[in-house]
Amino acid sequence: MRAIYILCMRQLKRYVRSPARIIGSLGQPILFLVALGFGFGSMFAKAGGGSYLNFLSPGIVAMAILFNAVFSGIEIIWDRQFGFLKETLVAPVSRLEIVFGRTLGGAIVAMAQGAVVLGICMIAGFRIHSAWLVPLGIVFMFLIALFFTSMGTVFGSVLQDMQGFPLIMNFLVMPLFFFSSALFPVESLPKFMQAALKLNPLTYGVDGLRGSLGHAFAFSLVTDFVVLSILTGILLAIGSYCFSKIQL
Amino acid sequence: MGEMIVVNDLVKNYGDFCAVNHIAFTVPEGSIFGFLGPNGAGKTTTIKMLTTVLDPTSGSIRVNGHDPTREQKQVRRSFGIVFQDPSLDDELTAFENMDLHGILYGVPRVERLKRIDMLVEFVGLSDRKKNFVKEYSGGMKRRLEVARALLHKPRILFLDEPTIGLDPQTRNHIWSYIQQLSKEENVTVFFTTHYMEEADRVAANVAVIDHGKIVSQGTPSELKTNTGSATLEDAFIALTGHAIREEEANAIDRMRTMGRAWRGGGRR
Repeated sequence: MRAIYILCMRQLKRYVRSPARIIGSLGQPILFLVALGFGFGSMFAKAGGGSYLNFLSPGIVAMAILFNAVFSGIEIIWDRQFGFLKETLVAPVSRLEIVFGRTLGGAIVAMAQGAVVLGICMIAGFRIHSAWLVPLGIVFMFLIALFFTSMGTVFGSVLQDMQGFPLIMNFLVMPLFFFSSALFPVESLPKFMQAALKLNPLTYGVDGLRGSLGHAFAFSLVTDFVVLSILTGILLAIGSYCFSKIQL
Repeated sequence: MGEMIVVNDLVKNYGDFCAVNHIAFTVPEGSIFGFLGPNGAGKTTTIKMLTTVLDPTSGSIRVNGHDPTREQKQVRRSFGIVFQDPSLDDELTAFENMDLHGILYGVPRVERLKRIDMLVEFVGLSDRKKNFVKEYSGGMKRRLEVARALLHKPRILFLDEPTIGLDPQTRNHIWSYIQQLSKEENVTVFFTTHYMEEADRVAANVAVIDHGKIVSQGTPSELKTNTGSATLEDAFIALTGHAIREEEANAIDRMRTMGRAWRGGGRR
């Protein structure tokens, strides 16, 4: 337990101490929020979709979490290169504790970034429907964060260096974002797009978050929660397994 | 006095390449053992296997009576290590690095704080303890790593080129403390170095490894006598030849390559 705690704290300390990273990673979500939110807003309203900003904001929050979480997980490569990973691997604690601590810390950091972005969305005009459902929204934010930090952990454990990072970003993380329900509603899409979206874990995360913040589920709260929890559990197990197999 | 490290018929292959080729040696408890060899000879690979972070291809290892491949926790609890390349978290302060180590090794709080103060003082970093490690020079980082390796009172100390980049003052200071530890607290020391006069001065026994094989072992004076050399350095050259060795790209090289990839293609 002590190892989980201290390694989680380490992630948080590193986050709080690098304002450049905090501000830097806000750029992309703000860009999407402003460009798309205001750019497509009137079209969306004319098509009878209501406020696009209200629809889009949970998607942008999920996006911020997605990118930060994958990055947090992949930081294992950084630690491998700069040597700190060795220090934890020779310590008399189980690999499971190390990977849980790291993943938990990374997920909290990603969630914090999501919360900052949520605040920005609210400044832009996003409205939460019911304060009662906010804790549920936090649960979904955490699940999204945990899922994608675990995914980053898998890559961080398997890859030796950062060469593959752009590949992962462009061929996995970006598609996961675009082929989710973050930017557009599932219902009116062509069949193949609907199928792609339904296979994407992020779709359930975004839908759960959107629903909890009061803007109608495409699936249902239970579906979103169950699907995302199960997938998170599976990926966390895979991430832990990959991490436990690291050799120096 | 028992044997602290026992290695028998140890082999590590990477594909076709044999990094460690059927080596055997023992290190008595409380003694100082120098593991010498040119670059790429297999020193670090051997240390990795002794310290549980790399599985051997075959052969047996006993560290403090335990098998590093199966009884990892017992083995890990017994040793402290200073790695060849840095292993500190630059974004934390010196104190935080030490504290994190103490917590990972389960050192109780009161003792932890006391020992951190004592060890940081010993390596002359007391007034810099609240500074971030990224503000430290290479030599200061090295000293901090030595202090950190001693925090949990290990029975064995692994030092992989611990004095690289240190000035003679610091080198002498650290070695005299390590000799004292070995004498007074019966700590076993296993180290590698390229400074032969250092090995000659502090090691009770040395082994010379080259191309993955141990080519000679014994006391420094035995090695000198056997090769008819005046110094351990001459003996070393006599045993391993004059050819300059190639080594795979080290972490720093890889990091630079990666830095370029990062700036060129990263999303952030």
